[in-house]
Amino acid sequence: MSAPFYVSPEQLMKDRADFARKGIGRGRSLVAVQYADGVLFVTENPSQALHKVSEIYDRIAFAAVGRYNEFENLRIAGVRLADMRGYAYDRRDVTGRGLANAYAQTLGTIFSSGGEKPYEVELFVAEVGEVASQDQIYRLTYEGRVGDEHGYAVMGGDAETVEAHLKEHYREGATLEQALQVAVAALGHTQTEDRVIATDDLEVAVLDRTRSQPRKFARIVPARLQALLGERGATSSGPGGAADGPDGPATDASDDAPVAPPG
Amino acid sequence: MTDARLPAAFTASGSSFHDFLAAHQPDLLPSTRSLGPAGSGTSAGDLAPHGTTIVAATFPGGVVISGDRRATMGNVIAQRDIEKVFPADEFSAVGIAGTAGIAVEMVRLFQVELEHYEKIEGSTLSLDGKANRLATLIRGNLGMAMQGLAVVPLFAGFDLDAGQGRIFSYDVTGGRYEETAFFSVGSGSLFAKGSLKKLYREDLSEEEAVTVTIQALYDAADDDSATGGPDLTRRIFPVVRVITAAGGRRLTDDDVAQVADRVIAGRMTRPDGPGAPLLGGTTTGGER
Repeated sequence: MSAPFYVSPEQLMKDRADFARKGIGRGRSLVAVQYADGVLFVTENPSQALHKVSEIYDRIAFAAVGRYNEFENLRIAGVRLADMRGYAYDRRDVTGRGLANAYAQTLGTIFSSGGEKPYEVELFVAEVGEVASQDQIYRLTYEGRVGDEHGYAVMGGDAETVEAHLKEHYREGATLEQALQVAVAALGHTQTEDRVIATDDLEVAVLDRTRSQPRKFARIVPARLQALLGERGATSSGPGGAADGPDGPATDASDDAPVAPPG
Repeated sequence: MTDARLPAAFTASGSSFHDFLAAHQPDLLPSTRSLGPAGSGTSAGDLAPHGTTIVAATFPGGVVISGDRRATMGNVIAQRDIEKVFPADEFSAVGIAGTAGIAVEMVRLFQVELEHYEKIEGSTLSLDGKANRLATLIRGNLGMAMQGLAVVPLFAGFDLDAGQGRIFSYDVTGGRYEETAFFSVGSGSLFAKGSLKKLYREDLSEEEAVTVTIQALYDAADDDSATGGPDLTRRIFPVVRVITAAGGRRLTDDDVAQVADRVIAGRMTRPDGPGAPLLGGTTTGGER
């Protein structure tokens, strides 16, 4: 048995980080935008059944990019953690911060443990409060870093380009309609052109504090999406880059009314 | 190195919250508690408040489930405004009779169970699936039921596939029975069922169905000391939930009070309530 080559810790971590970043960058971008009534999530996702944005609890949502099986694992763990806390204590005692911490510990442990490959995921955990100033968006990276985001945040794909577009056009306290239009335009923005993404290829969900139910998470179905987006001109398909996880055939769009693509 | 990540149970497969708790934190489950050796004098059932009568009735387009407001502990009224009818999810509700503490805990677990499934799977359980999950929870309580802490719920919901309201009853062993038209559980259920038999028709409107359940609860309270009648001085009236294709809602106290006041006004002239024709023979009788 030969002695293993020495690899410096710096190099080891850098290699792992590069590996994870590459996986995340392959997918398409996901945008979280704060608007007057809560937090809006928009991403390009042709599948109606496999979601990148999901409900965790009454006021908490989860959004992810990267490898589907890995973030789906984390989503389920989050639902279990939230439901268990809410059951053992009270529904009000389930917080986005607690969930973000649990995710950070999990991702951090996996990243720095030698025997496993790091998760190729990046997450948003968002929580709406009673007023806009209490809304929270946490960003969690593959190595377990937690960041607090304000106004808007982008992850996955060509995040820098999308973020630059958002920075220019984002306004605080916008209506859902305005926020959605800015977010969709940002996702379609590339270095070379501005695409118009078909309504059917968009996954849109909100945490809306004005909902009367305790559960504030809602998906925006294509029919409503079309009405909110208005006339946008001819659509064009996504960039050629290999799509990650949820690109399977749309099978289970049960109660979402089918809508012809605009144009 | 300590592993700070979420334990493996959090990512294990399965969509049942009950099963997850059983694997990860069984002490949170009502069914894992033990009472110690039985048979030392008093039954455990005498130590805790009991909920009493629940009635449910279907009508074209939905189902009504109502419960009185009394909890008793032996001869004492433990609480006069307890709530025993709860929403299970958007399209179903559960009313509880039996040991109140365990029943309320079981309902909370059932509510989380349904929501948990919905979030994990991205779709809701069928009404039969929900009824079966509740049966599993009751079955887990059998040991305590044998020691006097029985829970007997009544489950009602709107079946979106069948387009109608449905009612399920249970026994302490978790046996699940679908009931047609109407049903009642709890100490006053014998009287409530007798009342429902005479008043129920298949073509009731939503408001009439609500009235029928209030009448049945009145009759139950009339003859069963553990069932609370309308409390006129404190204005405490039954909890009523109506479930239709549009979802479930609890009737406001004012709405229930209006119905209850009409029922009571009728009983001022005929204390035993509306009389049924001796030889009815028709299901669509006019005046009651």
